[in-house]
Amino acid sequence: MPETEAISITETNDTTEDTPSFIDEYAPIAKEGVWTNNAVFAQMLGLCPLLAVSNSVVNALGLGIATTLVLILSNMSVSLIRNIVRPEIRLPVFVVIIASAVTAIELIIHAWFHELYLVLGIFIPLIVTNCAIIARAEAFASKNTLGKSFFDGLMMGFGFTLVLLALGIIREVIGMGTLLSNAHIMFGDGMQWLTIEVFPNYDGFLLALLPPGAFIGLAFLLAGRNYFDRCLKDMAKKKSQDLTTEKSTA
Amino acid sequence: MFLAQSSPYLKPGLSVSKMMLVVTLLMIPGILTATYIFGYGVLVNIFLAIIFALSFEAIILYLRKRPVKVYLNDKSALLTAVIIGVALPPLAPWWLTFIGVFFAIVIAKQLYGGLGYNTFNPAMVAYAILLVSFPAEMTTYWQTSTMLANQFDGQTLSFIETINFQIFGQLPVGMTIDALTSATPLDIVRTSVLNGSATIDEIHAQGKTFGMLGGLGSEWVNLAFLAGGLFMMRKGLISWHIPISLLATLGFLSLLFGSFELDSNPSPLFHLFSGATMLGAFFIATDPVTASTTPKGRIIYGMGIGALIYIIRTWGGYPDAIAFAVLLMNMCAPLLDYYTQPRVYGHKADERDDEDYS
Repeated sequence: MPETEAISITETNDTTEDTPSFIDEYAPIAKEGVWTNNAVFAQMLGLCPLLAVSNSVVNALGLGIATTLVLILSNMSVSLIRNIVRPEIRLPVFVVIIASAVTAIELIIHAWFHELYLVLGIFIPLIVTNCAIIARAEAFASKNTLGKSFFDGLMMGFGFTLVLLALGIIREVIGMGTLLSNAHIMFGDGMQWLTIEVFPNYDGFLLALLPPGAFIGLAFLLAGRNYFDRCLKDMAKKKSQDLTTEKSTA
Repeated sequence: MFLAQSSPYLKPGLSVSKMMLVVTLLMIPGILTATYIFGYGVLVNIFLAIIFALSFEAIILYLRKRPVKVYLNDKSALLTAVIIGVALPPLAPWWLTFIGVFFAIVIAKQLYGGLGYNTFNPAMVAYAILLVSFPAEMTTYWQTSTMLANQFDGQTLSFIETINFQIFGQLPVGMTIDALTSATPLDIVRTSVLNGSATIDEIHAQGKTFGMLGGLGSEWVNLAFLAGGLFMMRKGLISWHIPISLLATLGFLSLLFGSFELDSNPSPLFHLFSGATMLGAFFIATDPVTASTTPKGRIIYGMGIGALIYIIRTWGGYPDAIAFAVLLMNMCAPLLDYYTQPRVYGHKADERDDEDYS
């Protein structure tokens, strides 16, 4: 983690308790958000937009960034008001905050990325219904400081965006044989060179672009993640066994 | 010499392996008829599908750490491969078969746990995926040999030319890709008659669509599969429930709707003897793993497929509907089994379930 960012976050951190070192406090949040408690992989939340919009890398990136911004905004607002709002009415308040954040982001995309807005369509307003956002508001932001909540929103959004991107890459390469097609609707007209033809003269495999392709792709990603985790666990087990045998022989 | 046996003297039923083999063998009349009518491409399709299917099955069994030889020997992959090979367009390029078999064996069958655990009929999953992904390839390579011969002074594709076209994509000398493609009778009916741009009589006059019973060409294939299917039924390999209820429902619905507007609805015979109706009714819908297992459930299951075939053929977006109808009813099979469990002799029907039986 860069040193400068570290300092800025500790400054906004309003806890006066004698806190452990910065990395000890923030590294778990990052690890949770990106891997162990990933919005999609572990919590299986926000699947609707994930499955609907991940048919190309640009769409995936667009929705991923929008969701991340909403997460950060809503997490920070919820964290700020967490001591003022009574617990009985907290959920409606969260919903209002999230809806306002989504509306703001939608207007921004509408104004500056009009073509992206046309492609993503209904799925930008539908970010409101992404359970991952209200889950973070309820489970994290309403119990933690502003800095931590900001960082949690950033990392959760980053984890969500990563999965969206992975699925987007798989579906676009298999479905259209390209990468980053329509790059200009996100990065501007000068960036059309970003589009890569992975397989020239590819006829296309429509299934990957249709909803079933999203489900199959996500299933394979989940299976891959579980396999990877199991391998890690096996390795850790072996290590501890080796240690104990070493101890016993010693 | 004398086996010391005690009662009961029951004849053991066919093993899975033997049953799969017999069912596959009973498809041979249909396959030969299809080869006669559509050319050698059918055989190439089946051959390729078998090779791909057995390889995928072996690879995935090895990955799943199952005994490869034992499970390969149950011959279910063989049957799936043959069904895919017959269902694909006769001049389908090799990669179509490859992708189809991959989805059938790897995704629809082995990833669900192998034979006996799959919810969906593997061959139909393959067909549906191919039809959705490659609609052009899946609906155009259906030229019959006789029609090809009419266009080219009696010249048809030889075996070598067929292989060259399907595997290497080389067109035979003097032929264009358009000559090798033509719409199926069901396709013609779907796109012109049911959309109202032509009447049945107008199409009849062209003489390219209707045979004596059903679609030109495919009626003979359907008859051959019907023969194989009836033999299977007589030998007790399949029960009568599914095929009969399926065909009866399809025939009844086409009679019912057809009698209102004769001009724009093909006859019941056309529905029964076109496309993959007989193959579907006897060889696909009766798959013991994915179909309903109780007698009542089987009748409802067959009726559902028959009704869905008629609905999709008439009002749906695809000319033939066996795959979608079978997959949709596969989903209902567990529920049908649950609600139609026969009463065990000597037991009272569970009171809670009483109302559900009605």
